[in-house]
Amino acid sequence: MADMTADKPLISLQNVNKHYGDYHALRGINLDIRQGEFFSLLGPSGCGKTTLLRTIAGFEDYDTGSVMITGRDMRGVPANKRPTNMVFQSYAIFPHLSVIENVAFGLRKSKMSKTDKTLAAEAALEMVGLKGYGHRAAHALSGGQRQRVALARALVLKPKVLLLDEPLSALDRKMREQMQVELIKLQREVGITFILVTHDQEEALVMSDRIAVMFEGEIAQCDDPEVLYRKPNSKRVADFIGVMNFLPATVRKEGETYLATIAGLGETEITEAQCPGGVPVGEATVGFRPETLTLLYEGQSATHREAPAVVDEVVYYGDMTYYDVRFEGVEKPVRISMRNIFGRDVLGVGTKVRVSWSPGALVVFDQSA
Amino acid sequence: MKSLKTYAILYLIFLYAPIFLLPLFAFNSSTIIAFPLESFTTEWFTQLLTLSEMHGALLNSLKIAVTSAVLATTLGIFAAMAVSRYSFPGQKGIMGFIMLPLVLPEIIVAVSLLIVILRMGLDTGAWSVIAGHTLICTPFAIAILQSAFAALDPSLEEAAYDLGETPASTFRLVTLPLVMPGIISALLISFTISMDEFIIAFFLTGAEPTLPVYLFSMLRFPKLLPAVMALGTILVVLSILLITIAEFFRRRGAKRTGNDTGGFL
Repeated sequence: MADMTADKPLISLQNVNKHYGDYHALRGINLDIRQGEFFSLLGPSGCGKTTLLRTIAGFEDYDTGSVMITGRDMRGVPANKRPTNMVFQSYAIFPHLSVIENVAFGLRKSKMSKTDKTLAAEAALEMVGLKGYGHRAAHALSGGQRQRVALARALVLKPKVLLLDEPLSALDRKMREQMQVELIKLQREVGITFILVTHDQEEALVMSDRIAVMFEGEIAQCDDPEVLYRKPNSKRVADFIGVMNFLPATVRKEGETYLATIAGLGETEITEAQCPGGVPVGEATVGFRPETLTLLYEGQSATHREAPAVVDEVVYYGDMTYYDVRFEGVEKPVRISMRNIFGRDVLGVGTKVRVSWSPGALVVFDQSA
Repeated sequence: MKSLKTYAILYLIFLYAPIFLLPLFAFNSSTIIAFPLESFTTEWFTQLLTLSEMHGALLNSLKIAVTSAVLATTLGIFAAMAVSRYSFPGQKGIMGFIMLPLVLPEIIVAVSLLIVILRMGLDTGAWSVIAGHTLICTPFAIAILQSAFAALDPSLEEAAYDLGETPASTFRLVTLPLVMPGIISALLISFTISMDEFIIAFFLTGAEPTLPVYLFSMLRFPKLLPAVMALGTILVVLSILLITIAEFFRRRGAKRTGNDTGGFL
């Protein structure tokens, strides 16, 4: 896990800018990545996350700013001289070489003896769960196996940083979830800093110590998964990470307290801590996660507040049911996630319900943000 | 549908039947090229061995074909790599220009080359045929190699570079082995085209004829006609063999890199 006491960051980017012609691909990127951290760059396609990764790897030049790795300025240092290794999206397994030749490829120039190289490559293969696969032809491997070979090939060089460019996107769902867990374990085992690029917010939440969310070449927020999920600093980040419901509200100040009147939910007091962009007095938007709301069954009462609603849509997932409900006077439905408990019926569309909500779980955004 | 099928079959017969007449008469003992056939013989093939002039022509053709194939393929590698790896202004126009000899009438190429060479006060010879053949073989080499380079995932080269190799050693260890089937294929196709080419060779060959030019000159002697048939048979078989080998290599390469694009067969 992240070593929080390390005073010097392993990688430090300062005000990095990059243009492709007129297109501003990276806008003033400031980022510190710590030794031993599992770090993710998350964002929709075209947000610059891959460009940023390739900038760290040395495949892309940047216009202004600085990239430091282990305190060394990386300007002018090409990819083959950097203490980073990359796992490519397509895995880039050399199809004309065997598995062991692929893994040992990077050791070609090392001063190790031939037997040591083979031993190191075999150890790397064993680490990724491919013991005994060394003499197979690389082009005959499955997607998951290629992925492992790519990992072994990069890790055998013991880089300071392992860069992973959407490494799981080509795998099917089951395989992907399995590899997520394996990657986390592997990262803990080797203690190398991993930087993962992904567009899959769930993947980023599951795997990372910290996540930088990027939009249009900028880092919108950089935090650990829990903070990112609970306290997104903008509507956009909130919308990108998981499901977030939004309702219009107006905020006013009365003495030392702030009061928000939320459509369908009524009036409640809010604190400054709930407003990541400062308290937006006047027009505002409140956001809340589906799991912070609960449908109240007969005999149950709300722990905090409750509001009447009508079930608009029911999505049954087996372990969970998603209810889209409409609060009184609000056109837009709000999503509520409920764990299905034995003996409790799934409600039908059109059912009038009471919804329990807690003011503390709200996040208040500026209308425009 | 049925009439289309008949049409296709007739078309193929019209196209290829004359070629099958070649071996038919090559093994026929009569010196007159006409039906009915007389008896089976291999005499004309043994006669080929005695024609020393033909041996000179064959040697000439081989020299020219090998040199042209190597030149065209080398140029093709540069061009194909430039096109698949980089984008530069005027790329489409330049490529169109390079591919032009594919559609340019050979007689135009031959005559203009001849004029240029004579105007420069130079003598024609094997070298001028090589120049002409390189010109017409290069587009074929580029077409084949472009498909080989396009099938090559650029991240393979980046991966090698990332693993500490230099651009030069990356080319040697990764790029070259992976496009090798394409290179072999381009060499064989260029070789075949040069071996078979007549018009440019006829205009530019000077005192030492190539095999097709020699064949043409032999047609004037009816007595030698069956031997021409025999030589023609050998050339057809060799061409088919070489093209098949070329395609085999191209497909094997495409299979290994995972996608099959382009190619001539």
